[in-house]
Amino acid sequence: MRQKLARVLGGVAMLALVASTAACGGGGDDAAEGDSCGYKIAFFGALTGSSAALGINENNGVKLAVEQYNKENADCKVELVSLDSQGSPDQAPQLAQQAIDDEKILGVVGPAFSGESEAANPLFAEAGLVHITASATRPSLAEQGWKTFFRVVGNDLSQGPAAGIYIRDVLKADRVFVIDDQSAYGAGLADEVKKVLGSAVVGTDKIQGEGKQADFSATVTKVKNANVKAIFFGGYYQEAGLLRKQLTAAGVTAVMVGGDGVNDPAFIESAGQAAAEGTVITCACAPATEARGTFVEDYKALHGVEPGTYSDTAYDAATILLSGIKQGVKTREAMLEYVRNYNGQGVAANYRFTENGEMDPAEVRVWAYKVKDGKVVPDQEIPKA
Amino acid sequence: MDINGLFSNFGELTTTGLTQGAIYALVALGYTLVYGVLRLINFAHSEVFITGAFFAVWTWQFVWGLNQDSTAGGLVAVAYLVSAMLVAAVASAVVASAVEVVAYRPLRKRNAPPLAFLITAIGASIVLSEAYAILTRRRPTGMPTLVSTEPLFHIGGVPISAADLLIVSAALVMMIVLDIFINRSRIGRGIRAVAQDANTAALMGINKDRIILLVFLTGGLMAGIAGVLFNVRIGVLTYSVGFLMGIKAFTAAVLGGIGNLRGALLGGLLLGVTENYASGLFGTNWKDFTAFAVLVVLLMFRPTGLLGESLRGVRA
Repeated sequence: MRQKLARVLGGVAMLALVASTAACGGGGDDAAEGDSCGYKIAFFGALTGSSAALGINENNGVKLAVEQYNKENADCKVELVSLDSQGSPDQAPQLAQQAIDDEKILGVVGPAFSGESEAANPLFAEAGLVHITASATRPSLAEQGWKTFFRVVGNDLSQGPAAGIYIRDVLKADRVFVIDDQSAYGAGLADEVKKVLGSAVVGTDKIQGEGKQADFSATVTKVKNANVKAIFFGGYYQEAGLLRKQLTAAGVTAVMVGGDGVNDPAFIESAGQAAAEGTVITCACAPATEARGTFVEDYKALHGVEPGTYSDTAYDAATILLSGIKQGVKTREAMLEYVRNYNGQGVAANYRFTENGEMDPAEVRVWAYKVKDGKVVPDQEIPKA
Repeated sequence: MDINGLFSNFGELTTTGLTQGAIYALVALGYTLVYGVLRLINFAHSEVFITGAFFAVWTWQFVWGLNQDSTAGGLVAVAYLVSAMLVAAVASAVVASAVEVVAYRPLRKRNAPPLAFLITAIGASIVLSEAYAILTRRRPTGMPTLVSTEPLFHIGGVPISAADLLIVSAALVMMIVLDIFINRSRIGRGIRAVAQDANTAALMGINKDRIILLVFLTGGLMAGIAGVLFNVRIGVLTYSVGFLMGIKAFTAAVLGGIGNLRGALLGGLLLGVTENYASGLFGTNWKDFTAFAVLVVLLMFRPTGLLGESLRGVRA
């Protein structure tokens, strides 16, 4: 008799428990609609390691966007998942898989670098997860057929001609020496510069990159005797530093102009502050301090420092994704469609994507930066043609 | 083909080529000595060279507090240079001896086949270069300007600077000292004896192992000084430079006659100059192609190298 009572009571208790949870289903989300909240966007880039500065700039930009969104939409917040790739293609695939496996992540800002993009993007493309990069500039990334690839910066094909225009119109150099390191990036830039400068190029040379050459005396001799007003170097900071140091030691004071591959403190450290002074570095990115609206103040208020390179483009990339969520996008396919058809204004530029996911070419801005007192500071925007 | 370019720059290409060649020669001495005595290509010698270069930079950085923006002149600069050379030479000699004791001697004791030596040499080279890569986080290191590169005087319109003079004269002096050491001293005779026939030399009462250690040590000293001179000339140091220098220096040693000390000097200078002429004539991207093409053609006609004789070709 007691046993039966116990069982009946137990059964009633269980029923009550089940009924109450059913009634409160979804109550924890306190959302107006069913389950259209708890979505996330991810940031993918170097947050630690030797290239961390750029990744941190971008992550901070994304954080600002998410913070502002969550303030306006406190009832349906979006979470930011920051994935640290250390800038290395080796970590990229498993991190990409992590993002893919988290169903709530609807879009990724990144990958920040071209190398890791090549490793991670195929996985994103297969999973249909949108990724908007704020800084990876290798042109070939847009040509791999990845439907999910989008870029909110200009690629290297806009940088080359701009460098040539700067040398021709701003430096007004009628005698130029062009050097490149035979890499796809360096030679690509140098060829574009040669096209723009035409007969102003009085000498060219090709050196070995990737740390394979340290003694540039033959090149330096040629540059010295060519008596030029400017030197363009297509390549990376290591060779640029060596070249600049040896050129100055030989008495060559002509300005060196380089692409964004030269933009690294190691360039100034190797060449020495005195030799590096005045070097011009181009970038298909405007200084973040030129961003529109209240971006700069808001960024400073949240992070306590001025926005850095690519903070503004990362902010815009995040804003695109967030505006999609605001419009009611709930799936990755819908987000992909949304971004593909996006046409709006950001703080760094206006965005409308081409077939390949590239920015509208008319919106690409290339800036020249100068080395001044051991630091790289903005110089001016390079006008188109 | 830019023949005009070659002729108009000829003088400077020659002087800078000779300067670079002098550095190749100093490092080549290490290869040639070890090969002459042991018939072993010491691939780790490139890292012995880079050890000297790094220790010189670190001396300037940590002992004297200099960095890439510092300059110095006169007696102070001489003091910095001399101290760096001492440290670099000692460090390189230690590393060279360590490689011999740890990597090669045990193999010799067990009569290992030549292939084992080869692999160990390459392995030692990689271990050392990766160690430096990790220590410097694969980033370049700048250094202070201690020797002026302003032209001191001109020869036929070609500027010669203090740096050029220093490097070439240092190489010549080291070369002469080593030559005298090998050919005139008692220990030098011991080295030549071991080079000729190690076992007979042992029978004659020469301590084989000690001689071999001395050979590595001497090569290391040369490479250490070469490291400092490299720093003076290039001004920026990366971990990958060792490998580059090793290939060039070894080529120079073969070019001049492997095992032949004077051949190493000649080979080094010739290689430096050839590279520069090739760069002037065809463009720097043809530099290595030309240098090695010259090597191949030369060996076809003179397989033992330019000066032929080896260390064992003793003149009594």
